[in-house]
Amino acid sequence: MYEGVVQNLIDELGLLPGVGPKSAQRIAFHVLAADPADVKRLAHALLEVKEKVRFCRICGNVAAEDECRICRDPRRDPQVICVVEESKDVVAIEKTREFRGRYHVLGGAISPIDGIGPDDLKIRELMARLADGQVTELILATDPNLEGEATATYLARLVKPMGLKVTRLASGLPVGGDLEYADEVTLGRAFEGRRLLDV
Amino acid sequence: MGRASLTGVHVASLSLTDYRSYAGVDLMLEPGPTAFVGPNGQGKTNLVEALGYLATHSSHRVATDAPLVRHGAQRAVIRSVVVKDDRRALIELEINPGRANRARVNRSPVPRPRDALGLLRTVLFAPEDLALVKGDPSERRRFVDELLVARAPRLAGVRADYDRVLKQRNALLRTIAASGGGRRRGARRQDEEAGFAAAGAGDVLATLEIWDAHLVRHGAELTAARLELVDALRPMAAKAYATLAPSSGLADLDYRCSADEGKLSTDIPQLGITREDIAERLRAALAEVRRTELARGVTLIGPHRDDLQLRLGELPARGYASHGESWSFALALRLAAYDLLRSDGGDPVLILDDVFAELDDQRRRRLTEIVAPAEQVLITAAVAGDVPPELAGARFDVTEGTVTRVR
Repeated sequence: MYEGVVQNLIDELGLLPGVGPKSAQRIAFHVLAADPADVKRLAHALLEVKEKVRFCRICGNVAAEDECRICRDPRRDPQVICVVEESKDVVAIEKTREFRGRYHVLGGAISPIDGIGPDDLKIRELMARLADGQVTELILATDPNLEGEATATYLARLVKPMGLKVTRLASGLPVGGDLEYADEVTLGRAFEGRRLLDV
Repeated sequence: MGRASLTGVHVASLSLTDYRSYAGVDLMLEPGPTAFVGPNGQGKTNLVEALGYLATHSSHRVATDAPLVRHGAQRAVIRSVVVKDDRRALIELEINPGRANRARVNRSPVPRPRDALGLLRTVLFAPEDLALVKGDPSERRRFVDELLVARAPRLAGVRADYDRVLKQRNALLRTIAASGGGRRRGARRQDEEAGFAAAGAGDVLATLEIWDAHLVRHGAELTAARLELVDALRPMAAKAYATLAPSSGLADLDYRCSADEGKLSTDIPQLGITREDIAERLRAALAEVRRTELARGVTLIGPHRDDLQLRLGELPARGYASHGESWSFALALRLAAYDLLRSDGGDPVLILDDVFAELDDQRRRRLTEIVAPAEQVLITAAVAGDVPPELAGARFDVTEGTVTRVR
């Protein structure tokens, strides 16, 4: 155990995801040795993120204002909504520059073990967005694991009566990889989702 | 010895680090029979248990991994060179209780430990096998599933997926049961959300249907694989039992599904039952027990509630078979597993942990005849006299955690 304040810092750092006791100690001593101005900047950034960042009133993505950058952008197609679990998924999809519609961030996936049901996700907000009939396609981009699939199925059933096009992101082979290295589940999915080659 | 050529798999070396009583041990092994002899509690079973763990990623003695790690150590490591068709593979498995194990094959890490399964296949006989006959259905399900995974490692993934769905579904059922049943909760929600019809009609039940769908999908795949396996195992078990105990009745296996009270027995694969048929039955059975499940908060239908029924003549072995018959049946199941793995190509390594001392002369002789031609047989015994002379080969003495080669 270290002197009180140092141990406090180590304990706090240790609560962060992916940081174990050893890493927490290393970061703490890095902070101790660092230039005070650098540390102030870090502290300021931490405080600022909690004070300034809000969640978009429309899509639930992180935003600096009432509405996020994407929801405010008039060039984005209002007819297509892509549903993701977390804000970081928005960033991942934005990097592709393939998608020009808007997003909806659920804030997680259905998982009874963790006590997360549909009520704990931003599903009500999504239904409200779909109510005016402007949206024609809903793309379900939840994670391709059990909980993500369950959430996607739930949403698909929920919006079915509305008669809009509901699609799910494809699962399959990684681009640029070798077929032989794909695991059986992924390869099996790729077979299920195979498509007609148009030539 | 009658071994014309080496067609199967054998273990050429075994090293343990911080495994059970061993801080470190290194053994060179060879094809043919090898005996580990020493008084009880000196560590001979630990050696063969480690090999069994390497092949199945579970121990035949304990359900959790914590006891496998030497007291005071963080992790245990099993390393073994496995030779198949003159090709050598070094398998290393790090056991981390409470966390994921890690595996390397030929010094390269594999993404998931189960990717290292299938390189070494073992059939392990132990006094604990008596529980296959006398114990709970879970013992027999474990036997079937281990054999499934040994034949098709892919099914380890199916089983893991099924277990995950089951946990999620049980958690949901518990929540519903605790809140006084789905019906009432659904009604209350509907009042709260007047004008929000789509999500209103009891969305707890709507999410349950989604878990049902996943349970049925993975459950049908697992059940289909088990049915097919039991169908293949059946004649082999009958034959092995008849060899071990010729004067006793006919041994038979019957896979009983919780989905329809046993009607979906092993006779059906020949009638061409498909995975879709099984899924259909699971769906129907779930609908039937829905009310009970909601009240009790637990999943009552699925492969986790199935049983492999063992019969002698017309009677179930459990409860009716004598001690000797139970032993013969347990051995017959293991021998059938050995036959089945062999029929896929490649002799599995046979491990006989303290088995001969439990057998009478006749069964000892017959078991010896069956196992003697195997490519590699590892035997543990308290005294050298328990090892039949036909299986005399290499010998290690094990005392107080020290392993010494004496022959």
